[in-house]
Amino acid sequence: MLNEIWVSAELDGGIASVSTRELVSWAASLAQEVVAFVAGSELEANVVDQLGECGATRAICVDGGSSLPSGGVLALGMYEEIQQGSAPSAIFFEDSHQGRDAASRLSAKLNVPVVSNVVGLSIDDGRIIAHNTIFGAKEQVSTVIVGPDPSLFVIKAKSFEIDSHPKVCEVKVVDVTKLLGHLDRVKIINSFREERTGPKLADADIVVAGGRGIGSAENFHLIEELAELLGGAVGASRAIVDSGWVPYSLQVGQTGKSVTPSLYFAIGISGATQHIVGMKGARSIIAINKDRTAPIFSISDLGVVGDVHTVLPSLIDALKARRSPT
Amino acid sequence: MKIAVLIKQIPDPVAPMYLDADFRLDRTGKLLLDEADTYGIETALQLIESQGSQGDGEVVVFSVAPKSGISGIRSALALGASRAVLISDESIAGSDALSTAKVLAAAIKRESFDLVIAATESTDGYSGIMPVQLAELLEFPSITFVRKVEIVKDTIVAECQTEQGYDKIEVRLPALITVTAKSVEPRYPSFKGIMAAKTKPCLELGLVDLGLTPDDVGSLGARQRVVGIESLPQRESGFIIEDSGDAYLKILDFLEQLKLI
Repeated sequence: MLNEIWVSAELDGGIASVSTRELVSWAASLAQEVVAFVAGSELEANVVDQLGECGATRAICVDGGSSLPSGGVLALGMYEEIQQGSAPSAIFFEDSHQGRDAASRLSAKLNVPVVSNVVGLSIDDGRIIAHNTIFGAKEQVSTVIVGPDPSLFVIKAKSFEIDSHPKVCEVKVVDVTKLLGHLDRVKIINSFREERTGPKLADADIVVAGGRGIGSAENFHLIEELAELLGGAVGASRAIVDSGWVPYSLQVGQTGKSVTPSLYFAIGISGATQHIVGMKGARSIIAINKDRTAPIFSISDLGVVGDVHTVLPSLIDALKARRSPT
Repeated sequence: MKIAVLIKQIPDPVAPMYLDADFRLDRTGKLLLDEADTYGIETALQLIESQGSQGDGEVVVFSVAPKSGISGIRSALALGASRAVLISDESIAGSDALSTAKVLAAAIKRESFDLVIAATESTDGYSGIMPVQLAELLEFPSITFVRKVEIVKDTIVAECQTEQGYDKIEVRLPALITVTAKSVEPRYPSFKGIMAAKTKPCLELGLVDLGLTPDDVGSLGARQRVVGIESLPQRESGFIIEDSGDAYLKILDFLEQLKLI
């Protein structure tokens, strides 16, 4: 057992995010003390209960004032706690904007490296070994950190199960508003939500995803229609997110969401490495693409070489006909 | 306004990648300018152009690469950057992200920049860690996943992708930003640009010039050690059919088999 592990925690819709609970659960199986750091001046009782249920012994709210990016604030709070004498063996960060930001900042402040894209962790001879995948998850590399603690890991979602390790979770607030330094030059003017209705992408049992091959932003309604008929969530490749056709919240892949549905429908998606990493864990994959050589076909259970604009409408019509018996 | 753009020169992303005997990415082949970096270069050029004649704007590209790896730098200069700084030293091989950030920080600090621009992530490593480490070492604020940016007096105002949508953020300069791919439409190099690139200055710096030692960077400085590597089981491809009008029926059959309809 290690002494103490910290987790950079995130809230999602007022509760601890799924990834946060995964990381706290795993930390609790490795260490006696698990401390969850959350950006903000206070924490709702239900979140404290959630963190305690997964095994957090302490929650630290890092108060940096409002309108600041949370990653920088968390890094500052962690740095201050270490300056005050805390000595965690490792710190786990979610593979998200906030997690990567906080890990990068803290790494430079403490002069310790970060291991990213981690999908597993084990302990050998008191040292943590991180496992991460490379080259589109074709190979897995094991890395040990040599040098002073803490070891920093950015961990991909769904690497660990949420587990129950009930603990009494104490709450403490660390005020960093006087220590902001260059962070004080950043101000979030406004936050906009671009979320859609329907099942949540990360937890959906069926995902219907569209890529550049659908032709235009206007055609994305076909993806939405198919998803709705199948009771699934919609997803997208990075190419069409970057092009502004759909919001980032729909992105599947290395820098988007990792999904493991029963069925993944890849429509007009060629299957760049960065996309495949995020969806290859699906139980079944159906791909439609006009390019016979698209890499997506090498991992799909059913591949249709054809025009999205003819296959998809026929499929949608047939599903509609089945749904409304006349 | 002086803008530093970080560029990475990577092995051809379409070709298979290999690890060498020291578990490092094999970079012995020809190195190309990472396409992800063309958006940063374009963003920098547009920001300078938006300032019109009022400033003596300049875009300088920075790259850490072997001395032979200059073709990607020439590509960046052909697009319109005015000069380049190549940091090259045998001891840098095998450095981790933090060591790379230290080297770049030392090089960038030799001058005074208003803005540093990087891609959100490289196409070979995909970790997206180094730019924010660099920002911290420079004591710059940073904003990441920027998809739109403009200069308003001594600040930049940017739209950044978030997990739920986007944030509108204001940052007082100097600062570092990472830009997403496709945030702007990169220009093509003109013939004149390609010719001019051949004579644009490219300053080569080694560790000594930066006041660093091999202990600070490279394999010696990298404190993460690869202890093993294994191949993972791969998915196999199943049926592939050509659509001749009835492929949707095959899809329906498959959905029925899976008991999803």
